[in-house]
Amino acid sequence: MESEPRPGRVRKPIGWSTIMIAVLVAVSAALVWRRDGTDGVLEILTHDLSLFGGILPRVLAGCLLGAFISEILPHEKVSRSLGPKSGLKGLLIGTAFGAILPGGPFTAYPVASALLAVGADFGATIAMVVSWTLIGYGRAVAWEIPIMGTDFTLWRILISLPLPVLAGALGRFVYVRIYPQLPAKDDEN
Amino acid sequence: MSAALFIDILLWGSVFGVGLIAFRRGPPVFKASLREGSMDFINIVPRIALGVIGSGYIAAIIPQEVITGWLGPDSGWLGVATAVVAGAATPGGPVIGFSIGTVALKSGGGVPQVVAYVVAWALFAFQRVILWEIPFMPARFVWFRCAVSVPFPFLAAAIAMVIGKP
Repeated sequence: MESEPRPGRVRKPIGWSTIMIAVLVAVSAALVWRRDGTDGVLEILTHDLSLFGGILPRVLAGCLLGAFISEILPHEKVSRSLGPKSGLKGLLIGTAFGAILPGGPFTAYPVASALLAVGADFGATIAMVVSWTLIGYGRAVAWEIPIMGTDFTLWRILISLPLPVLAGALGRFVYVRIYPQLPAKDDEN
Repeated sequence: MSAALFIDILLWGSVFGVGLIAFRRGPPVFKASLREGSMDFINIVPRIALGVIGSGYIAAIIPQEVITGWLGPDSGWLGVATAVVAGAATPGGPVIGFSIGTVALKSGGGVPQVVAYVVAWALFAFQRVILWEIPFMPARFVWFRCAVSVPFPFLAAAIAMVIGKP
């Protein structure tokens, strides 16, 4: 379609969050070492390395999914239906999208990140992420129903139904107040 | 067919589907997004590695018993607040989170407190945030999302108190 360069996602390999996590990990590993010795540290390391190996293909799939989606979604349409001025409808679309999104965290976060990159605002993206985590069927079917029972799960999802829209609305409300200097993304064209 | 296999088929099927749409827009579009996705992957791998390997150590110093203890029969809003902290601090994946919730329900934990726990776990579980959300999303978004989500486990508990048990 149009040949404008896609807005690149900002990549900061080392940010404050990464440093904080690294420090937390170092402290925890030191505590494990003091409690369980070198064997304890190595045992966790081997277990987590095999977990890491298993996760990698899914991470690759998630990254490709995010990249393709941000390439094929029409940007003006996304910023119109999920941008800062999309209103309640945008929050509802975000919520519906999060609820039906298949897969696990390796799909939800790359896709959410892609939506942000092509013009969705924080509010709609928050609605999507919160909806995926609270009312998405994936985790409910795979884990919550077998462990907590159908009654509790359905009842808990019913209680959670309004939360994604409310979280998105709160996010939007707070966002325009703490970042008022940033122009709204859909003003560009 | 196992759940993991099903998820993988669904996942790669979706990749293939959107890849095909991109390909039909023309090979340059397809190549550009393939390159973009691979670059994302290369950039994310170190952070995922830190998250996976690191959260194992963090989980090891927060034993499950501590979390279960926090979810005692302490009722009222203090119990809800403790449940929210417990949900965020729960190590491990969904099996552990939901099992702790079930144990709490069976051992006399209040229903609103358990709802607050499950909702807080879904919103804030530190391992998911460290392992998945921070590597993939802009850091500012993650902190912002967590901050505005804080009232919602409490709201869920309040709704549970009003509408009663399942």
